[in-house]
Amino acid sequence: MAEEEIAAAVELQGLTKRFGADVTAVDSIDLRIEDGEFFALLGPSGCGKTTTLRMIAGLEFPTEGSLRIYGEEMGTLSPNKRPVNTVFQNYALFPHMTVLDNVAFGLRMQKVDKAEANKRAQEAIEMVRLGQMAKRKPNQLSGGQQQRIALARALVNRPKVLLLDEPLGALDLKLRQEMQIELKSLQREVGITFVFVTHDQEEALTLSDRIAVMHDGKFLQVASPENMYERPANRFVADFIGQTNLLEGTVEDAETVCLANGARVSVANDKAEGAKVAVSLRPERINVHALDDKPDGPSLEGVVSSVTYLGTAHSYRIAMDWMEIEVREENRPSRGHFNAGDSVLISWHSDGVWVVDN
Amino acid sequence: MSSTTDPRGFSKAFLTANAWLVYLFFYAPIILLVVYSFSGDKLVGRWGGFTLDWYRAFAKDDNVQGALWVSVQVAIVSTLVSVVLGTLAALALERFKFRGQKVFDALLYLPIIIPDVTMAVMLLMFFSQFFNVIDSVLGLTLSKDISTVIISHIAFNISFVSIVVRARLEGMDQRLEEAASDLYASRWKAFRFVTFPQIIPGIAGGALLALTLSLDDVVIAQFVSGPGSTTLPVYVFGLIRKGVSPLINAVSVVMLVASVLLVMLSLLAQRNSEDKDQKVNDENEDDDQEVSSGSSSLSEMSIN
Ligand SMILES: Nc1ncnc2c1ncn2[C@@H]1O[C@H](COP(=O)(O)OP(=O)(O)OP(=O)(O)O)[C@@H](O)[C@H]1O
Ligand SMILES: [Mg+2]
Repeated sequence: MAEEEIAAAVELQGLTKRFGADVTAVDSIDLRIEDGEFFALLGPSGCGKTTTLRMIAGLEFPTEGSLRIYGEEMGTLSPNKRPVNTVFQNYALFPHMTVLDNVAFGLRMQKVDKAEANKRAQEAIEMVRLGQMAKRKPNQLSGGQQQRIALARALVNRPKVLLLDEPLGALDLKLRQEMQIELKSLQREVGITFVFVTHDQEEALTLSDRIAVMHDGKFLQVASPENMYERPANRFVADFIGQTNLLEGTVEDAETVCLANGARVSVANDKAEGAKVAVSLRPERINVHALDDKPDGPSLEGVVSSVTYLGTAHSYRIAMDWMEIEVREENRPSRGHFNAGDSVLISWHSDGVWVVDN
Repeated sequence: MSSTTDPRGFSKAFLTANAWLVYLFFYAPIILLVVYSFSGDKLVGRWGGFTLDWYRAFAKDDNVQGALWVSVQVAIVSTLVSVVLGTLAALALERFKFRGQKVFDALLYLPIIIPDVTMAVMLLMFFSQFFNVIDSVLGLTLSKDISTVIISHIAFNISFVSIVVRARLEGMDQRLEEAASDLYASRWKAFRFVTFPQIIPGIAGGALLALTLSLDDVVIAQFVSGPGSTTLPVYVFGLIRKGVSPLINAVSVVMLVASVLLVMLSLLAQRNSEDKDQKVNDENEDDDQEVSSGSSSLSEMSIN
C-alpha cells in the first residue's frame, strides 16, 4: 500500500470462508470500507453476511484472502486483540452481571482503572438514555433497552470499527424505526465506522452511506443507496432493492429495446446489440392513463386486474397479454382512480427506467 | 381449574388410590425405621417405650464414629477431586475439538452404565495388580486403605459431575463467550468471568450429587476398603449380618437425614439458578481488580 494513501477502515481482498468441503459461505470478496462510513451488508438469508462480519471480528478465521483493519493485517489475530467491537444479533448480554458491569466489561478487560471504567460505562449508559437502569440485570430490561445496552457495551470501548449483526432484527416495527434514527445519529456523533448487517433492504437504504448486496457468498454490487436503487447492476439487485417490474426483451441499439411482446421502447442502455436484457420499471415511476389520454413517451396498453388501496397510494395490477405489471400511483383528492376491468395505458419517463442483464 | 384432559370418575379414583399406595410403599419403611430407632426394646419390631439410648450408643461407639469419619473424608476428598476433573472433562468435550473426542465421550460415561459389582471387581483387580507392580519396583508394601476407597469414588464421580456440568454448558449461550472475547477478554478471563459464573449451578449440583453417591456407596467400598478404612455404609452392612439392632436404625436415620439435607441443598441450588439471580462470588475483587460481577450488595453478602 502506498504511504500517502489513507488506509481503509476495513479492507478485504479475496476473502474466502469454507466450512468443510462443500460449503463456501464467503466466496472471494473484495471490499474497501472507508473511515467513518456507515456500511451495510445486505442480502437474503444464508448468503454469508454473518460469516463476513465474524471474520472481521476474528470469531471466524478466513480460509483464504487478506483482511486489514486500518492497514493492519489481521490474519488469525484473536478477537480480543482486534480494535473492533460487535453488537450481536441477540445482544449476548451477560445475564449474571448488572447493566453497569456489562458495559464496563470491555474497559476492565483492557485494565482501565475500576473507578474510571465505571464512570465511562455510566456515561455510555446515559448516552443511550438508560441512566436509571445501570443497577438492573439484563433480564429486567425490555428488548429495545437490551439492544441499547448492547450498543453502549460496544461503543464504550471506542472501537475503530463497530460491527452490528441485524441489531434491530428482534424489535417490532415501531421500535425498529425509532432505533434506526437513533443509530444513525449516534454514528454521526461518535464518528466510528459502522458495518451493519441486515436482510431488510429498506433499513439498508435509509441508514447507510454505502451498501453491498450479497448473494451466495459473493458481492453483486457495492454502491450508494441511490445508485443501488436507480442503477442496479443486475436483475437480482433490481428485484432485491425495492420493488420493480422486469420486462424482458432484446437490445436493438443504444436507444431501443424490443420487448418480448414485440413492442419497441426507447431506453438508453450500454448493452451489446442483441443482448437479452430486462427493463426495470419501478411501480412508482409508472403513470396510468385512460385509453383516450395520449401520454408522451413510451406507453403500453393493458387492463386493470386488481386495485389495492394503500392509504397514500393506489396499487394497480395491470394485465397485458404477456405479463402483469405492478403500478403504484399516489392519491390526490382531485384525481379519481381506476377500477378493475378498466382498459388503460401505462407510460413512463425514459429516465425512470433502467436496463439490466437478464 | 380442571381441563378436559383431567381424569374423571373411576379412573380418577383409581389413580388417586394408586398414588397413595405408592407413597405408602415408599414411606412406610422409612417411618418404621425412624420410629424404631427411638424404641427401648432390643428387638426391632417390638415397641419398648421412647428412648434416645441408641443415639447415645451411636455417639459413643468408637467403631461407628471411626467409620463415619472415614465416610466423611472419602466423600469430601473424592468430591473435591472429581468436581475439578469432571468439570475439566465437560469443558474439553463441550468447547474443544480434538482427536478421539467421540471415544473419550463414550468412555467417560462407562462407570455410570456398568454395574457397581463389576466396577468393584475391576477396581479390586486393578489395585492388586498395580500394587504388585509398585511393590516389586519400589520395594514397598502397599495395601488397601482409605486412599483406595477415595480413588475408586473419584473414578465413578467424575462421570456424574461431568454429565451435570455438561448439561449446563450445553444450555449456555456460546455467544456469551464470543462476546467476552470480542470485549478484549483472553480465553482464561472469558472462562473466569463469563463461563464459570454461568456453570456454577451445574458444578454445585454435580458436587452435591458426588457427595451423596459417595456417602451411599456400599458395594465398591466393600471391595476396595482395607482394615481401618471401613466406611459407614459398609460398617452398617457388616452389623446387619450379625443381627439387626436398633443401633442400626439410629445410624441409618442419621445417614437418611444427611442425604435428605444434601438433596434439599441441591434443589435449592437449582432453584436459585433458575431465578437467574445466582450471586457470583466477588472474591475476584481481591486477586484481580478488573471485573466485579453481581450487584455490590450481593457481593458484600457473599464475601463473608
Ligand atoms: N459453522 C458453520 N458450519 C457450517 N456451515 C456454516 C457455518 N456457519 C455458517 N454456515 C453456512 O454458511 C452460509 C452463510 O451463513 P451466514 O450465517 O453467514 O448467513 P447470513 O447471511 O448471516 O444469513 P442470515 O440472514 O440467515 O443470518 C450458510 O449456508 C450457512 O449454512
Ligand atoms: Mg446472519
